[in-house]
Amino acid sequence: MPAIQEMDDTLIDVRISVLLRTGMILSAIVIFIGGALFLLHHGRSIPDYRVFHGIQAPLNNVSGIVQEALHGHDLGIIQFGLLLLIATPVARVLFSVIAFWMERDYLYVAISGIVLVILLYSLFVHRA
Amino acid sequence: MNSAEFTAILGAGALLAGFLGALTGLGGGVVIVPLLTLAFGVDIRYAIGASLVSVIATSSGSAAAYVKEGFSNIRIGMFLEIATTIGAICGAFLATKTSAAAIAIIFGLVLLYSAAMSNRKRSDAHLQRGPDPIASALRMNGSYPVGDEKQHYLVRRVPLGFGIMFGAGTLSGLLGIGSGAVKVLAMDEAMQIPFKVSTTTSNFMIGVTAAASAGVYLSRGYIDPGLAMPVTLGVLAGSLLGARFLVQAKTHALRIIFAIVIAFLGIEMIYNGFTGRL
Repeated sequence: MPAIQEMDDTLIDVRISVLLRTGMILSAIVIFIGGALFLLHHGRSIPDYRVFHGIQAPLNNVSGIVQEALHGHDLGIIQFGLLLLIATPVARVLFSVIAFWMERDYLYVAISGIVLVILLYSLFVHRA
Repeated sequence: MNSAEFTAILGAGALLAGFLGALTGLGGGVVIVPLLTLAFGVDIRYAIGASLVSVIATSSGSAAAYVKEGFSNIRIGMFLEIATTIGAICGAFLATKTSAAAIAIIFGLVLLYSAAMSNRKRSDAHLQRGPDPIASALRMNGSYPVGDEKQHYLVRRVPLGFGIMFGAGTLSGLLGIGSGAVKVLAMDEAMQIPFKVSTTTSNFMIGVTAAASAGVYLSRGYIDPGLAMPVTLGVLAGSLLGARFLVQAKTHALRIIFAIVIAFLGIEMIYNGFTGRL
């Protein structure tokens, strides 16, 4: 059997693991805080999800959500936590680009770079 | 029912879904949408929005463990994510153009498929013919730990796997699920990657795939904070608990029961789709 090139990605693996866990825990804490505030303020309101109205601005875009969270609004804080959750895999891809660059594996710099561009397009460029 | 009660009951349901999903390896995401629509009467668009973010949470949680243990192949994952993320954006746009009834029917079919796939035999006795030129060029061949040894494997039929992954991404974006069952099909059957590697790599990819459609969902107002909060926290807590119990639990019987539940929910979704109740 011919020698097959096999890559050792142990160090990248460990760092990705730490990154994913940190993102998950951080976002869960933010969502929990926002949720507690929301129930404190609106716990007795009657929820209605039967008819779709769609979440309106500012809670449907990145900059609006950040603004709302900075003002300490409960729904804004939950939505910011959800954004952190969505950002965690994006950060993982960004980290992969850098890690492959440091390994001088330019083929995988390009591959991770393509995935990163697709993700950033989805989050920032496109508008409904 | 007020918001506090709604949050508590939904959180408990999501916790159970995440727990069973992790124990059986089927993922909690697939039952979240039927739970929300059939039991709580939530509009399917809010349901898939909440489900999608909960899927990202469980993927990050479980991938963190698997990646460190060295089972996931991050190169295979990264390359195939090109297909799943493009598919996911297409799927999310399709979701905004598809009627709720049609989404319910497609969802039901995917549930039936997932239930059927969950009890099939798994064999790692793949035919090994020499290395595949495309897989070698992409440096995908790898190894995973078996005790103290390293088990080496070769990857095959990369274009076919890539194509199926595009389909998996589209379903994920359309239905707000991880579509792990389709991802495993691409890697197990098409690319002949060993089961341990394919399931853990699939898990690793689910978060990135879902993040790609999350942008579209967010701007279309599918992600409701009041609904996503109990669903995400519940599924996340349940799946972390489930992973802890996984070592001791006898999962075979549980897997069959959960598959039957999923099949039943699938039929229910299809029925409600056709009668226009969803």
